[in-house]
Amino acid sequence: MAILSRRNFLIAGGVIAGTAVTGLGVGVAYLNSIDTTGLRPKLRPDGTALLNAFVRIGTDGTITFTIPRTEMGQGVLTGLATLIAEELEVDLDDPRLTVIHAPEALPVYANFTLALEMKRPEDRSGIGDWVKSKLFGAFPYIATGGSTSVVDGWVRMREAGAAARVLLVEAAARDWRVPAGECTAKAGAVHHAASGRSAEYGALAARAATLTLGAVPALKDPSAFTRIGHDQPRVDIPAKIDGSAVFGADIELPDQLYASVELAPVLGQHVRAVDDAAARAMPGVVAVARGEDFVGVVAHSWWRARKACEALKIDWRGTAPPFSTASFAEELRARIRAVPAKLHIKRGSLSNAKGKLVEAVYEAPFETHAAMEPRGATALLHADGRAEIWGSSQTPLALAWGFEQAAKDLGLRLEGDVITHVSLNGGAFGGRSEIREFKQAAMLAAAAKGRPVKLIWTRAQDIQHGICRTAAAAHLKVFLGPDGFPVTFQAHVAAQALQATWAKRNLPAMAGDPNEDKLGTEGLVDMPYAIPTLWVGFTHVETPMPIGFWRANGYAFNVFFLESFIEECAAAAGRDPLDYRLALLTDPRHRAVLERLRAAAGLDRPLADGRARGIAFSASFKSICAQAAEVSRAADGTIRIERVTAVLDCGLVINPDIVRAQIEGAIMWGLSAGLFGGLTVEGGQVVETSHADYRVVQFDTAPGAIEVVLMEGEDRPGGVGEPGTPPAAAAVANAISALTGERKRALPLIA
Amino acid sequence: MIEISVNGVKRSVAAEADKPLLWVLREDLKLTGTKYGCGVGACGACTVLVGAEAVRSCQLTVADAAGAEITTIEGMRESGRLDSYKAAWIAEQAPQCGYCQPGMIMAAAGLLAATPKPTSEDIRAQITNVCRCGTYLRVERAILRVADTSGA
Repeated sequence: MAILSRRNFLIAGGVIAGTAVTGLGVGVAYLNSIDTTGLRPKLRPDGTALLNAFVRIGTDGTITFTIPRTEMGQGVLTGLATLIAEELEVDLDDPRLTVIHAPEALPVYANFTLALEMKRPEDRSGIGDWVKSKLFGAFPYIATGGSTSVVDGWVRMREAGAAARVLLVEAAARDWRVPAGECTAKAGAVHHAASGRSAEYGALAARAATLTLGAVPALKDPSAFTRIGHDQPRVDIPAKIDGSAVFGADIELPDQLYASVELAPVLGQHVRAVDDAAARAMPGVVAVARGEDFVGVVAHSWWRARKACEALKIDWRGTAPPFSTASFAEELRARIRAVPAKLHIKRGSLSNAKGKLVEAVYEAPFETHAAMEPRGATALLHADGRAEIWGSSQTPLALAWGFEQAAKDLGLRLEGDVITHVSLNGGAFGGRSEIREFKQAAMLAAAAKGRPVKLIWTRAQDIQHGICRTAAAAHLKVFLGPDGFPVTFQAHVAAQALQATWAKRNLPAMAGDPNEDKLGTEGLVDMPYAIPTLWVGFTHVETPMPIGFWRANGYAFNVFFLESFIEECAAAAGRDPLDYRLALLTDPRHRAVLERLRAAAGLDRPLADGRARGIAFSASFKSICAQAAEVSRAADGTIRIERVTAVLDCGLVINPDIVRAQIEGAIMWGLSAGLFGGLTVEGGQVVETSHADYRVVQFDTAPGAIEVVLMEGEDRPGGVGEPGTPPAAAAVANAISALTGERKRALPLIA
Repeated sequence: MIEISVNGVKRSVAAEADKPLLWVLREDLKLTGTKYGCGVGACGACTVLVGAEAVRSCQLTVADAAGAEITTIEGMRESGRLDSYKAAWIAEQAPQCGYCQPGMIMAAAGLLAATPKPTSEDIRAQITNVCRCGTYLRVERAILRVADTSGA
């Protein structure tokens, strides 16, 4: 339940930006009352033992782990469950155990790592961090993304498991009147060796929930881990194989209706008038609803709703001139020649800017997600005014805000907070923290008189109105010193601001100056290479495209730019590209990853005729990934990726196979955008309509093999979902350059 | 009313003749294991078996499906035919988000019916289902496992 209303949070936005706490009208006592630890046990009237916000045990002995992050294929339910299970001493394949999405929004479920701009929660210090954590907890800012789930839950989840275990052991000790220190927890039961007694957690839970937890218990030493660091079969996989897993698009509720919508043919248009007479007359049609950006039909089946949509006569109007990706690309090319709107880093002096000049312009197109599950949601406006919504979302609050905004537009008063249900997500990749489709579902539900309405966008709508990664261009300019290494590095990136555009659409108070958009220059500002003078500037260029988050965000294009360009510098210096990079890397962890790639990919071994290799390196989301791609060319000229070797240092590994799968997937994701054309917009209309023309990697274009080597460079976990994407296109680009002699500076690399 | 045979059972559905089989399965029969991914035959998420053949159910009208034996992922599970696939898919931990996987499995079943011992080249040439999570290599290994464990 949202304790702090969104309106108050927006007012408090200034505090989030780091200004004074006072003058807020929100007292310290109030902030102190926000429970961001979540460890207090509670016994429910029905006998369910809520040992803490993450572990509950039923009277039937069933154990439920409540996970506050969205399972979207990255294995987060399993990963975070593993952390709890390690300390609680329960195996993930225990038949008594279920792992679920959190059914409610509690402060302790917030993503504190994102709130603190990637600071680990256990590294919090000072009043500023404390206030931010409390405010984001009060909101609560529950979000899955940024490769933060395990980073954020690393301590909190283990503490939850340990705290629950301590209570259960204490309950047994009191039952048996023995010292708690003589009892051990193992496989979901407490044992007292001296007397031979044991009791399952189910038998102890009710008593445990009435106890008071003292200090937060000490956590296991990593040397004692039996689950963390070992492969755990994913808890969600069996249902995903046999078709029983229920995704957002599969929700079936009693009395449910179905909806399809029409969306603007040209970006930026809104509905001016609708003639829905023909649609209403069609069989099975229950209602027609409209908003600013859609007209929709509610019917007894989605097929009927779709057919009726096609009978709608809609007058769309817009004021913006039609947008085209071709002219935008030209504009970006022009903008990067001018002075940047904002400098994001200015290290060192340009008075050293002399020597051998290497400069180039790099470009990348717009990309969308095209996840397999099209967008939509199921919404229900109960007769008593309560609002409920189910959907595939990375951010439960987006589900709630969608309903709230719909209610506001319709002049409806909702009863209580919106009840949100996070469903299994058929692929998110950054694109499912949006209000739009949730608001549409709610508006359609409002027309359905107390019946649930399931909205599903068509695939064409998902491609054409889905969230995109911005197109980008960068002017890179380096002067090499006498030893051939860069003395100055200047970069100017022009693109549409990522964070600011997302915020403008979903959370306006957090929008900020688009020219300050850090995501636009990440990968360059924080480049791992030790170059004395580094100036990176950014210029935001406005478009009507719905720009948002996309796997690895700015790293996805900036690392392609940098890792291609660094090889142009190496070539100008007459040096080997691997050694060139090593000479510029000062962080021992970075060097170790690259050296390991040299060994793992056999980079010192010559290749067979007709093959070539390219490498790329990047550090992002608290992890480090280096890749080597080996390519060949068929007789007809087609480039084939024979194999990709990836070395990943993501710190402490929770589940090795999940990590490998994520890197494989991240590589395929990066290659889809790297190899094939992105979105094309002409006259304000997106041209692509399905996976047939928005090309992505498939079986015939997937690398022949992917090998992932894991290194653990620190004793805490780093991010895993995104770090595999940034190097993927660059490694192939460098391989193609070695193979053909041609340097490709614009994505896509193939078609 | 149109009569179709789904998972070994004759079902009568009150659907328009031109309604795609995909939506009949999902809405009239509440078999949501078969997924809507694109509706235009480009992604394979809607793949079912018609007889022994893998077919994209968004491209087949319910009228055209009448008289044929249709098998969905639910039918594969009920009949036990899914068991070897399940073991293989779990051994490879193939699914990530999982949305494309029923379609992948049905496409694999179609391939294996025609080619019981496929090579990697066969799989890569003939399975054209789309997966945005990038599970292709694991699905490929899982299909080879199923082929290996299936008798002769």
